[in-house]
Amino acid sequence: MTKLLEWLLGVSLVLAAWAVVSFDLLEQRLPQSYREAAWPMPLYLLVSFGCYSLGTVGYRVATFNDCDEASAELLGQIQEAKQDLRKKGLKI
Amino acid sequence: MASRKASQPKRDSGDKYSILLPTYNERENLPLIVWLLVKYFGESGYNYEIIVIDDGSPDGTLEVAEQLQNIYGEDKILLRPRATKLGLGTAYIHGIKHATGNFVIIMDADLSHHPKFIPEFIKKQKEGDYDLVSGTRYQGNGGVYGWDLRRKLISRGANFLSQVLLRPGASDLTGSFRLYKKAVLESLVERCVSKGYVFQMEMIVRARQLNYTIGEVPISFVDRVYGESKLGGNEIVSFVKGLITLFATT
Repeated sequence: MTKLLEWLLGVSLVLAAWAVVSFDLLEQRLPQSYREAAWPMPLYLLVSFGCYSLGTVGYRVATFNDCDEASAELLGQIQEAKQDLRKKGLKI
Repeated sequence: MASRKASQPKRDSGDKYSILLPTYNERENLPLIVWLLVKYFGESGYNYEIIVIDDGSPDGTLEVAEQLQNIYGEDKILLRPRATKLGLGTAYIHGIKHATGNFVIIMDADLSHHPKFIPEFIKKQKEGDYDLVSGTRYQGNGGVYGWDLRRKLISRGANFLSQVLLRPGASDLTGSFRLYKKAVLESLVERCVSKGYVFQMEMIVRARQLNYTIGEVPISFVDRVYGESKLGGNEIVSFVKGLITLFATT
């Protein structure tokens, strides 16, 4: 199954469960409070996911490592390499 | 009296590492990356070869490569050039054909990837007999030098989207600093159809599909090119298109 199909399946299941509870499709005579709680769930889930995404990406950008030492080390090694290669006969 | 020169470990394991270096206009960087590779492989004692795949660079990269061959030997530096600039996938295919190692390392030739991580890749691979080891900029003490806020945001945002959609089991999907078992690389390259960043993503996704095991090693990525080649709208659009294609077809 492709990821797309997995997602469609998952979303369908969630929406089906939501519809059954919100609109009492199986005529369970669920208490009104259940239906009232279930009704806005899809929107809540979307908003929660949106917040989670923003928070996660924001956190990851803020903690993205800046490799200053790596750059300094590389610059030093470049000098060393150029000298050594010149000695070995490299003509640039 | 104890010898003051560190003895080089002798590795008789029979493993050989072929490093594929596709190049285009890397006249200045090629000698430097080769020097670093020779340094770190020499210190580690592992058997290796460097395969330079130059796509007809007009700046004379091939001529520099020939000089390097004279300095380091034809058994260590192999030249397998092509006439014109062709894709990365075909460069890998071309390189693998001539690789005599049982492991293949792919990396960028512009010094953004540092050979000092290769012994860590090898160690990781041996730890779990991984089919492939991927360098990650997003975990542990991995990271990047030379990116501004915009670039970091795009990178993390794109990676997050890829993780949500593809759930690939690897933290850095677009990285191109990796160690593969040769047979694994062969089987993946022949299955992959995308280009650019998406090609590297597709390799990981297909590897998961085929149940290959993936190990990760944090790496530092030193971007000295970013100032010249900004990540533009075109690349972002083609990335999203490629991501959606992978989402819908794998």
